[in-house]
Amino acid sequence: MEVQLIKIEKRNDLSRSIYFLTPVLAIFLTLFGGGIIFYILGFNPIEALKFFFITPISDLYGLSELLVKATPLCLIAIGLSFCFKSNNWNIGAEGQLIFGGIVGGGVALLFYNHDGFYVLPIIILSGAIGGMLFAMIPAILKTYFNTNEILVSLMLVYVAKLLLDYLVVGPWSNPEGFNFPETRQFSESARMPILFGGLRIHAGIFITLITVFLSWLILYKTYLGFQIKVSGLSLKTAKYAGYKGKTMIIIVFMISGACAGLAGVGEITGPIGQLHRNISPDYGFTAIIVAFLGRLNPVGIIFASLIVALTYLGAETAQIFLQVPKYTGQVFQGMILFFLLGSDYLLFFKIKFLGLKKNEF
Amino acid sequence: MSFDLNFIGILIGAIMASSVPLILAASGELITERSGVLNLGVEGMMIIGAISGFALMVVTDNLFFAVIGSMVSGLILSLIFGLLTQSLLTNHVATGLALTIFGIGMSAMIGKNFVGIPGKEFPLLFLNLKESIPFLGPIFFGHSIILYFAFGLPFLTNYFLKKTKTGLIIRAVGDSPTSASNQGINVTLVRYSCILYGGAMCGLAGAYLSLIYTPQWIENMTGGRGWIALALVVFATWSPIKVLIGALIFGGITILQLHMQAVGLRIPVQLLSALPYIMTIIVLVVISRDSRKIKLNTPTSLGQIFYKEK
Repeated sequence: MEVQLIKIEKRNDLSRSIYFLTPVLAIFLTLFGGGIIFYILGFNPIEALKFFFITPISDLYGLSELLVKATPLCLIAIGLSFCFKSNNWNIGAEGQLIFGGIVGGGVALLFYNHDGFYVLPIIILSGAIGGMLFAMIPAILKTYFNTNEILVSLMLVYVAKLLLDYLVVGPWSNPEGFNFPETRQFSESARMPILFGGLRIHAGIFITLITVFLSWLILYKTYLGFQIKVSGLSLKTAKYAGYKGKTMIIIVFMISGACAGLAGVGEITGPIGQLHRNISPDYGFTAIIVAFLGRLNPVGIIFASLIVALTYLGAETAQIFLQVPKYTGQVFQGMILFFLLGSDYLLFFKIKFLGLKKNEF
Repeated sequence: MSFDLNFIGILIGAIMASSVPLILAASGELITERSGVLNLGVEGMMIIGAISGFALMVVTDNLFFAVIGSMVSGLILSLIFGLLTQSLLTNHVATGLALTIFGIGMSAMIGKNFVGIPGKEFPLLFLNLKESIPFLGPIFFGHSIILYFAFGLPFLTNYFLKKTKTGLIIRAVGDSPTSASNQGINVTLVRYSCILYGGAMCGLAGAYLSLIYTPQWIENMTGGRGWIALALVVFATWSPIKVLIGALIFGGITILQLHMQAVGLRIPVQLLSALPYIMTIIVLVVISRDSRKIKLNTPTSLGQIFYKEK
């Protein structure tokens, strides 16, 4: 019997083309895997995938919804890319988003009776600061008390959720709202301008685009960006070069938190228009997938956010047409990340075929 | 007065019951982490265990199959994690996160047809003793067999890690995979086994929730318990006995919070619900501050990828 001998070797040269092609491969594998799951559940896989990925964006309204969902995802993922690039595992962006929403929403309620161009900028700024401060908790605990940032940032997600719950049920609930767990509707001056009549796409998309540009500038054109990248590649090198590690950890968390806070404030002043219990369908967690799928690269993240936003829309459509739960979107999101991480194997290792050999066993 | 005493006994019994899923999941994850693998997918494996246990109970009408099935499904999910992190050498943190997201989605998909179906009564042991002995009765008797197993597990785990050869091998792999490998130990195999064991225990923890604790299926019913279990392992500085103590403290807060709500104390419900999370952070800060102390117990290679040139 003859067998093909293969040898697996570590690559010394990182192949750039494979680096940006594996995400595409991962997406195709996910579609394939999703088709199999739909088939097992008794659906026609082609039909089901069509409902999931084509129907939602086949009209103008759908495309606008795609951008509405991609806006916060892209923004958060951009922030997270700073943390992940420097090996800081901030996985509590959801909490930072909610806290930013709380602070921004609080300011919006404060300016309830005000009219003026200055209202919205103040709200947006306070939301960003809120998210930033919330992200500084795990950063400071990590730098000064050596605490694991994964666990702290995650625990704070639940704290933020419960704080929001307390506020919308209790002190901030709408006085004319028949005890519904929600605040007043914000005034017109506190809302993001709608870009096209009849669609929900709002000016928040410009905040995202500006942030993408700024982050590209910081990451690739400044000394700070260089430091971030070096620390991510090798902490020892960074220390040897004399970079102030602690300051950098706090800065990347601040950037990340501010982005998440901006996303939160964009949601409440944009599509939602008030505070209630569920201001985010786990955007903060999903953005982690977006960041990876986009290879922590600003442009990559834009594309990744559109694809992952589609899983949200697809889940909604599938819920209506196929009666599957809306959590189905998470199955696809999880699979994308599985396949992406798995196909990275091709990136770091190469498979060598050594030719056919006689099997001696 | 005897009534009050009995009430405290019932309260302690309830605290024990609510700590069971935490003990099971954290004990499993502890073994996984001791071998140097950080699996953040606990929540996902628990929820898959919860739905598969419940679904099997409904379909087969057999609780034994349900419990075994939940463990197998937790194991299957952890096998995905093992394949990725051990064979394809992916990042532990990202893979674990994907596992949780996937698990929650998958459980909701499977569970679609099981929402609203009432659960079956799980047999409780020594019910007559629970009634007849005041105070001690409700503490020690009238529980399910899984609870007794859970309370024995930390001691077993402790013995296993400290006194057996296999336990020593696991710790060696976690502390220095390279030296272990040079000693002829198959690091990848050891880590695979520990990952699968952790998955099975998380599955069992989920089954406890959907079969015994709140016998029904609710979407997302684990409600963050998996993350608390993860925090517990750090809280316990990777010592199984301290996992037991920590789980009881967290269970205690959960039960206390329910009772304070019932008594009508004027403390916001949300503050009480947030207490376990805030507590975890405080404890993390306290134990992490002394870097020597945490280094003494932390598996040195935790979360690091081990690659052997073949």
